[in-house]
Amino acid sequence: MTQYYLHDLLISIIPVLAVSLLAALIFSIKKNPLHRHIYFYIAKSRPGKTAFFLLCFYGLIAALDTVKFPVFYIIDGKKTYNRSLSLLDRLYNPAREESYAAPLAENQLLDSDIKNQQRHILGTNISGEDVLANALKGLKTAFTIAGLTTLLSLPLGIFFGLLAGFYGKKTDAGITWFYSTLESIPEILLLIALMKVFGSGLVQLCTALGITSWVGLCRVVRGETLRQKNMEYVLSARTLGLSPVVIMLRHILPNIMHIVLISAVLRLSGLIMAEVILSYLGIGVPPGMASWGIMIDQARQELARTPAVWWNISAAFFFMFTLALAINYFGDALRDALDPRTEKH
Amino acid sequence: MKEYIIRRILFSLPVILGVMLITFALFFFLTTPRNIARQILGDKAKNEVIENWIKIRGLDQPYFLNLSAKGLKKITSTIFYTHMTSLLFFDFGRSWQDDRPVSEIILERAFPSLSFTVPVFFLSLLISISLAMFLAFFRGTYIDSMGTFLCVLGMSVVIIIYIITFQWIFSMVMRLAPVSGWAGWPDRLRFIFIPVLIGITAGLGGSIRYYRTIMLEETGKEYVRTARAKGLHEIDILFRHALKNAMIPVLTNTVMAIPFLFMGALLTETFFGIPGLGSFAIDAFFSNDLPSIKAVIFIGAVLYQAGLILTDISYAAVDPRIVFE
Repeated sequence: MTQYYLHDLLISIIPVLAVSLLAALIFSIKKNPLHRHIYFYIAKSRPGKTAFFLLCFYGLIAALDTVKFPVFYIIDGKKTYNRSLSLLDRLYNPAREESYAAPLAENQLLDSDIKNQQRHILGTNISGEDVLANALKGLKTAFTIAGLTTLLSLPLGIFFGLLAGFYGKKTDAGITWFYSTLESIPEILLLIALMKVFGSGLVQLCTALGITSWVGLCRVVRGETLRQKNMEYVLSARTLGLSPVVIMLRHILPNIMHIVLISAVLRLSGLIMAEVILSYLGIGVPPGMASWGIMIDQARQELARTPAVWWNISAAFFFMFTLALAINYFGDALRDALDPRTEKH
Repeated sequence: MKEYIIRRILFSLPVILGVMLITFALFFFLTTPRNIARQILGDKAKNEVIENWIKIRGLDQPYFLNLSAKGLKKITSTIFYTHMTSLLFFDFGRSWQDDRPVSEIILERAFPSLSFTVPVFFLSLLISISLAMFLAFFRGTYIDSMGTFLCVLGMSVVIIIYIITFQWIFSMVMRLAPVSGWAGWPDRLRFIFIPVLIGITAGLGGSIRYYRTIMLEETGKEYVRTARAKGLHEIDILFRHALKNAMIPVLTNTVMAIPFLFMGALLTETFFGIPGLGSFAIDAFFSNDLPSIKAVIFIGAVLYQAGLILTDISYAAVDPRIVFE
């Protein structure tokens, strides 16, 4: 019982942590007068603003699904743990059907005049679960994977990128060798192998994705550090006798952070897509967890039926597509706002 | 230049060695020689047969370091040495699953991959460049913003969605092409029709947007302004002046893709039953066939490095301003 409880807690802590980190970041940007113009830039571009609000809305749904508390039943005078229900489950928990039901289909119970009043907006899947509820739950999985993977790969990429760019020579050669090696292995094969090594699970999946995705960030950080290293402000910091750690963290990092941020945001949609591909290959999220990849996987048999069951794949596709679209547009708006080098066409 | 290329090739050697090391470590982390022998010979195989199978392939030796041997044999009589160093001479050994030379299988499998990746490569290059020119010509107008919007839409779709829906629409609903399979040449056109269409559509959004940005960067330059001042027509400027210079980043971008045409597309091949290198890699992966796995990963790594070096060479070849030290 306590074991279940702990697992729930652990899974829900990760997204909460990611959200609070993000909030802290946004707050710190808002406090800094130098960075305040970012808000105006994003507020000025309509697609950027729309994307931002859509992301917030989806984030809210994911957060609602994150906060879980268990249901206790009292059987024979003993308190029994049943299962955890999230806030989302409590808000929207449609009845279960026998099997497939088309969107908005009226449910006529056999040998009775009573019609089931509740209709499923997007129908139900093979085991009778409401498709809309499943797709909404997929949001949490997507946010968790994108957030946790970025939390893993960002520090790795920044750390090795700064070291390689700043020290150069042997350190640089070693780190470049390491990431070139990882990069040279075909990505899907490496992911399959890593998932086999780690075993199935959400945290394991994020670790595997983190191992393959820090390379791109590291490359960006290294290149930018190389560019900044010989600039006047770094030279004067050196002349003042500051230690390399201080120069890297207090002087170079703030100057390249915007580029890191942009490339991290633009990578998020790739991570969500990778989750779908891996779940589809059967090595993604553990069974029992809502995931768009699993929904799309089911669609292969469903489309071959007559009449074709199209609602499952459409729902998964709609949410994934809008999320990826919002991330892409938000990333573009962020790039326009943060990077003075990009020309506004 | 020559010196630079030689240095690049020398730098890629340790990278390839690293790839082999990781492959080897991951492989033997997941299985043991005995498990593989059981899997390949079947459950009913006698113990002596299994022992013999392991001994013939040298899998009874230690993994990295043979402490019981003397001198150089400490390194040479290990599994890593006997199985991985032969790769450097492009000797892939015999497949454990089929008991045929792996190089033979790879040659046989490369052509199906090429027969759909090459059309995808040329067609998508042609389509994306012409559409990018089209958008650049109408820059700042309603057409341009609609076009870029469509590009971002295309970038936000996972390839699996394309695969499933195209398969459904074109073969189940419209019955234009078979669902999956493979055949000899004239018939093959019907089998590669959907994969080619998917390959083109999947990459279109990203590449059009990229090429459009390149074209716009080019048209913002001084010589274009001069051409405009001379009174040249906008189409002349785009096609005769800007396109030539914009081809430099386009070319260097596409050079990287050329070596990978041999590798095929992993997902598309497994879906459509194309007997190419991509599906071969997946099959080898799930049947623990070390000679095939190491050959595919080795070829992939070599092609990747070759792509990087070719990109550098093409930079220097097209742009006289770039000189490598």
